This record gives sequence, C-alpha cells and structure tokens, in this order.
Amino acid sequence: MATTADSFQAHTDDHAHDADHKPGFFARWFMSTNHKDIGTLYLIFAIIAGIIGGGISGIMRMELAEPGIQYLQWWAEFMGGTPDFDTSLHMWNVFITAHGLIMVFFMVMPAMIGGFGNWFVPLMIGAPDMAFPRMNNVSFWLTVAGFVSLLFSLFVPGGTGPGAGVGWTVYAPLSTTGSTGPAVDFAIFSLHLAGAGSILGATNFITTIFNMRAPGMTLHKMPLFVWSVLVTAFLLLLALPVLAAAITMLITDRNFGTTFFDPAGGGDPILYQHLFWFFGHPEVYIMILPGFGMISQIVSTFSRKPVFGYLGMAYAMVAIGVVGFVVWAHHMYTVGLDVNTKMYFTAATMVIAVPTGVKIFSWIATMWGGSIEFKSPMVWAIGMIFLFTVGGVTGVYLANGGIDDVVHDTYFVVAHFHYVLSMGAVFSMFAGFYYWFPKMSGRMHSELLSHLHFWGFFIGVNVIFFPQHFLGLQGMPRRYPDYAEAYAYWNEISSFGYTIMALSMILFFVNIVYAFVAGKKAADNPWGEGATTLEWTLSSPPPFHQFETLPVIEDHHTADDHMSPKPA
Amino acid sequence: MKILGSLNGFHRIATSLAMAAMLALGAQGASAQDAAGATPAEQLETTDPAAAADVADPDAVAEGSGAYVPMKPTEGKGMPVAAGIDVQQQFSPIGHQANSLHIVLVWVMAIISLFVLALFVWVILKYNKRANPVPSKTSHNTLIEVIWTVVPALILLAIAVPSIGLLSAQYKSPPKDAITVKAIGYQWYWGYAYPDNGDFEIVSNMLTREEAEARGEPFQLAVDNRMVVPVGVPIRFQTTAADVIHSFAVPSLWFKLDAVPGRLNEKLLMIEEPGVYYGQCSELCGARHGYMPIAIEALPMDQYNAWVLAQGGTIAGADEAAPSTVPLQDPESSAPGAAGAGAAPAAPTA
Repeated sequence: MATTADSFQAHTDDHAHDADHKPGFFARWFMSTNHKDIGTLYLIFAIIAGIIGGGISGIMRMELAEPGIQYLQWWAEFMGGTPDFDTSLHMWNVFITAHGLIMVFFMVMPAMIGGFGNWFVPLMIGAPDMAFPRMNNVSFWLTVAGFVSLLFSLFVPGGTGPGAGVGWTVYAPLSTTGSTGPAVDFAIFSLHLAGAGSILGATNFITTIFNMRAPGMTLHKMPLFVWSVLVTAFLLLLALPVLAAAITMLITDRNFGTTFFDPAGGGDPILYQHLFWFFGHPEVYIMILPGFGMISQIVSTFSRKPVFGYLGMAYAMVAIGVVGFVVWAHHMYTVGLDVNTKMYFTAATMVIAVPTGVKIFSWIATMWGGSIEFKSPMVWAIGMIFLFTVGGVTGVYLANGGIDDVVHDTYFVVAHFHYVLSMGAVFSMFAGFYYWFPKMSGRMHSELLSHLHFWGFFIGVNVIFFPQHFLGLQGMPRRYPDYAEAYAYWNEISSFGYTIMALSMILFFVNIVYAFVAGKKAADNPWGEGATTLEWTLSSPPPFHQFETLPVIEDHHTADDHMSPKPA
Repeated sequence: MKILGSLNGFHRIATSLAMAAMLALGAQGASAQDAAGATPAEQLETTDPAAAADVADPDAVAEGSGAYVPMKPTEGKGMPVAAGIDVQQQFSPIGHQANSLHIVLVWVMAIISLFVLALFVWVILKYNKRANPVPSKTSHNTLIEVIWTVVPALILLAIAVPSIGLLSAQYKSPPKDAITVKAIGYQWYWGYAYPDNGDFEIVSNMLTREEAEARGEPFQLAVDNRMVVPVGVPIRFQTTAADVIHSFAVPSLWFKLDAVPGRLNEKLLMIEEPGVYYGQCSELCGARHGYMPIAIEALPMDQYNAWVLAQGGTIAGADEAAPSTVPLQDPESSAPGAAGAGAAPAAPTA
C-alpha cells in the first residue's frame, strides 16, 4: 500500500521529539492510553494466561495417560480440598472448566483482538491511535479483573470441592442448584467482566475502523486483517450482550430465587443452552476470524503476491459472521429438538463450509504463481491452513444432525474444535507473532528456533488430537477423568503428544529471550517487497505516536491490486 | 467405586514426563508401554473376560433354573474395542443407515483433506522462491472463484439429502402399542421405569472393578442392574432427569438423547439382536459424571416378559394381579453363572 507518510515520521532518531515522549513506567503501563502499549499488555497477559491454561491441559493429559485416577487426589489436596473421591473428581471438572474459560476468554481473545488488533489495526489504517484510548485501557483492565475473578474461583467452595466444575458452557441446572458455594458465582462474574471489556473493545474497534482510516483508504482497500477485526468486533457487539443476559439470569437463579432455568418454577434448562450458544457459536468465529485476517497478510507477504480474490475474501468473512449467528443449535442436537429444527440447523451449518472453502482456496491461489519464501510466519500459516481444513471437514461431518448422535459430546468433538482452535487459532497467533515480533520489538527472532518450534508444535498437536477422533468414534465421552480399558491405547498416545508440544513451547520462550538478548536489530520492513501494509513503512519498533500527519493512500489503486507493492 | 491412586504424585509425574520425552525423541514404544503399564488384573479384564466370569458366584444356579440371569456380553459387541479407530459395530436399523452415511462422509473428508494437501505440496514445490523467482501478479479469476464456490456447495447438497433422510428416519414415532421404557438420570446413576409393565423402576449403578471382573464385564461400563428391553420390536424410549442434565448414550445403537429435568424426551429405539450394549452418560453432570454407565440388555420377548414378572411388573393383557409395591431388583439374585433363562417368574427377594 503506497503512502506518502514516510517522510513525516518513523525514521526519526530524535528521542526528544514529541512523538517519542514516553510517560514514566507506572503511567505508561498501568494508565496506558497508547494502543501499542495496550497491545503489548494484552499479549503479555495472553501469554501468561496461555501458560496457565496450557499447564492445566498438561494436568489433564497426564491424568488421562492411563486408566484410573492417578493425580486428581493430589490436586484436590493441593487446591485446598479433601482428598476424597468426589472432591478429586470435582477437581477434574474444575480443570476442564478453567482450561476452557482461560483459553477462550483470556488467551485467544486477548491475544487476537486485544493484542494484534490493538497493535496493528491503527497502524494498518494509518491512524495515530484507537478512537477511544482511555476506554481501550478500561477494556484491558476489565479483562485482567475477570481473570483474577476466575483464578479466585478456584480456591473457594464450589459444591463437591473447591472451584467451579461446570464446564465452560456453565449449563443450568448443574451451575445453579447443582453447584453450591461461591465458586460458580466468581466464575460467572469473571465472564461478566471479560465480556464487558470485550464489548468496550468492540465498540472501540468499530469506531476506529469506520472513522479513522487514512485519507484514500476506502473500506475496499483496507488490509484483510482490518476487515477480520471489523467483522469480529460486530460479532462481539451482538453476541456478548446475550451471554451477559444468560449468565445474569444464572446469577439471579443461584442467589435471588428466580427460576429462569428451573423447571420447578416454570423455567427451562434448555433456554439457557439456546442463549449460551446464541453467543457461543459466534464466539468460535470471534476466535478464528482475526486469525483468518493474519493468515491473509502473511500468505500474501511471503508469496510476494497480492491476496487472491480480495473482495471474495473480505465478504467471505462477512458471510461467515452473518451465518454464524443462525447455526447455534448444532451444539444442542441431542437436547430433544424438533425434527424440523434439527433439519434447519443441519442445512444452515453446512452452508458455512462454502465461504470457509472460498478462504482456503483463495489462500492457496495466493500462493499459486508466487515466489514463496518459507520464513517462520509462512510455515505457521501453511500449517494453519492445512490443519484448519482438517478441522473444517470434521465440522461438516458434525453438522449432520443425524450423524452427530453418535459423536456428540465425545472426544470426536474435542478433536474437531481443537483442530480449528488449537491448530487454527493458535497456529495463526504464532504466525502473527513471528510476523510482527520484529515490528513490535525492533529485534529479529531466530528463524531456526521458530522453525523448530513449528515442527515440534505441529507434530505434537497432531499426535495429541488426531487419535482423539478415534476415541470419539469409539464412543469415549468428553469431560471424563477416567475411561474403560479399551480407550487406553489412543489416550496414552495423545498424552505423549502433549509432551512433544510442551517441549516445543520451550523453544518459543527461548526464542523471545534470544531476540531481546542477541537478536539482530529489525529493519523497518524485514520481510521484503511482499509486505505492503502501512505498518512496514514505520520504524521497528514504531515511534510512540505514529502518523501525526496522516498517510495518503494513492488513488490509482483498485480493490484488485490493493496489495501490490508500493512503487519504488 | 474406584480406588484412588497413591499420593505419590510427583514421582509418577516425573516418570511419565521422562517416558513421554523419550517417545518424543522417536522411540516407538507407545504400544509397548501400553501393554507394560497394565496390571495383570487389567489385562485379564480386556483379554479374557469369560475366564473371569467362570469363577463368579455359582450359587445363582441354585436359586431356580428359570430365574433371569444377566447375559454375558460378547467381547467387542456393544462396547468399544481396544485401539479401535472407527465407530462401534451397529445393532439398530438407524445405526446401519447412519453408518452408511458415515462411511461416505469419512471418504469425503479424507479426499478433501488430501486434495488440499496435494495442492500445498504442488504449490510448495513449484512456487518456492528458487523455482519461481518472479511472482505473478494474478489476483483474481472469476471462473475459478465461481467453481470453488459452486462445487463445494454441490458436494454439501449431495451430503444434505441423505442427511435429512436420516434425520426423518430417526424421528419416526413408535407405534401406539410399543412398550415404553423411561430412563431417569440421577446424580450419579440411572433409573429405568417401565410404565407399560406395572410402572416399576429399577436402579442401575456402576459395578466396582472386582464385581465387573467377576462377571466378565468391562469395568466402567458394567452395571449391577441393566436396562432390559425386548429385541426386534420398536420401543418408545423416554428420558428425563431428576437433578441436573444427563445424556443417555449408546454408541453401538447410534443413540444419544439428553435427560433434562422438567422435560420428557422421547425417541424410537429398536435393537436388532439380543445382546448387551454399553454406553455412558454424555452430558457433564457433576463429580461422578464418568461413573454412571449404561448397559442395555436386549432379550427375546418371552424372556423380557419373564424378567418383567421377576421384577414384580405386569405384562400387558395379563391378569392384573401384580404386587402394588415397586420392588427393586436385588443385585444378589442377579449374579451370573446360571445357564439359560426361562419364562418362570422368580419371586423378588427384596
């Protein structure tokens, strides 16, 4: 994307210049109004949450490595409970709940939207900052408060033991009459806080993208990452209030004698599921759409080609967002839906495969004819596209309401959603991280370490999750701490896969340390002529305040060649 | 109930991690470790359940030759098989219909995934920087965009037709004279009520490892009192729950229906062959969610009737002289070992 902005900033070495005047440490990091600093805070937060959430999955895979209960008793005592049988099993439910909530609300969402969104939406549209910088700060600290509330819930009574053992879906009546003690209230409150933070963030992104684009940057010239964040922000804005309503009703059912979800008072437990999944299905697109955007930027950059079918790519995301709102009951195929309802949701769910297919094929077409360089972001992007395809086709399988009866709530579903999230979303986050790390930090990471990280992670997650398809087809239900002997074989392999994945994560952290200690200084644009979006016209790291004079997007670009390299 | 492992957690964590690390480095010991890790009792359980059953309580024979005795499960039928990779063998008409579609879908999934993989391999070999130093500037091609929109849509349409057909078959109503069986989910066991047979209810709890081994049944799937149903006839099967949501799932019958408090779900269930079919609760229902298995025993109608009478129930059309109380089945009287099963009622000992 061409710009005339270069001469105005970005190359200044004058640290006394106003653009680079930074507040003191406390003011800068605790009262921040700078989108890049807030983005950094979100990324650090997401990494910490990811370590905790990923560590919990390690506890779970360790327990599942062989039949029987091996470690839960120890954990029950460690978490302040009694080491009896029910408390130990309750700890399992606490772990699956915490793993799900942490990964969804405190790892993927903060990293994708809060981290990369905050950092790069203003840079890519040529804006000096977000539209509401103070609200941006409120969003972040609400998310932190939500995380604290969730962690606190682990140490207070939750019925059969400490912590909320209700699953990330918090289904009533298990979450109402089924769980006494304040743990579930704290978990719900955590969702309220994180949800409020996300709604504020969403309004901020929508306002920023609609009003603060640089002169000449029409909607149809926006980079696809910005498109993806725009669609995601609308999904957040429309879906999260429904979650807030549903969990508020849970709170009042639990504490104030209402019976929204209690059949004894005329309520309906299935109503909660409809409300939850009306939020919950758009939520899964909230988690993957920014990843789609990042993959588009990365594939284009390293193929040194403009994105193939730009308009198709942008509107495929819009279509996924719209259709994503009318497919929620495919999460509820076994609750006793009417046959016509089930037929509708089967058909509607399958429709989503069409725009998703458009994206997959357009990425491959972007690579087709390109001059591909296999730098670290690109290998992660290629890994993401292929593994997301695998998760996508199992999604089409699960979309069939009649077929779903045998695999619903089994490990097949676990495998499916980890292929689209643990591989789809997480691979795109690592791709984005390696893509933008030099820009954010000003240092180059090690290509060798990031490639090794990729291969370890790629092999690890496939060994973890591919056998879970088999477990699910054989009938092993989800959320089980223990299983019949017949399921032992694949569970053990799955647990070994976790170790491979965990070892590869060490390389990720070593790589970050390496970059800061010994990494080469990053050029403004370390990725070459394929990297054409505005952030690459700035210094690495960018000045504290950028685009004080707005860049102008030249007119001769059309939607078709909006990604073509800027004229030398 | 299951005995918990020792508190010696750190040692086992360390051992497990070390073994996993070795495997990560390429040792192919996954299956070897699997076998080595199993205790002798566990191996007995999976390899030779019949042998274990033979040592079971022989007293049952003495209780009367006509008494109901729980059927011995057939290894691999109605239960998961070790290291299995596909759905369990199906024993219901819906299961067969769904399984045909399942096979088609697995092929569709495999072909699409391999097609995308092949495209990647091609692109990576042909369009890397060395092979193709000058990138093309192509950024759109209407024809190919239309093709990759329309062709997937047609594939989905081709899937949707049999899929919708399967759904309508699954929602066929049971005939009016079908026997009604109602499963009630409790924390954490199942109750089975027979409203057409005098409305008695039996309670079904998981067997301990020792009991399951003694009966030659898979631990964590075996229960003390099974849900007994007639084979080969449509059953009006209903689910509900008393406390939280549970889900009644039997993989070998392609059957799963949530048990929701305050709601009565109903579905037609038909089992083609006599046998024992295991399943597990499939909706998170609290601490012992993993320990409330399901076992269905399908019997010919005359043996089913005998079982009903043995429970103190009544047979439709027969003299209404059944006891008015609702006796629970006595686990002691249902121990395996006796051969054959007749139609003669046995007085409940409870």
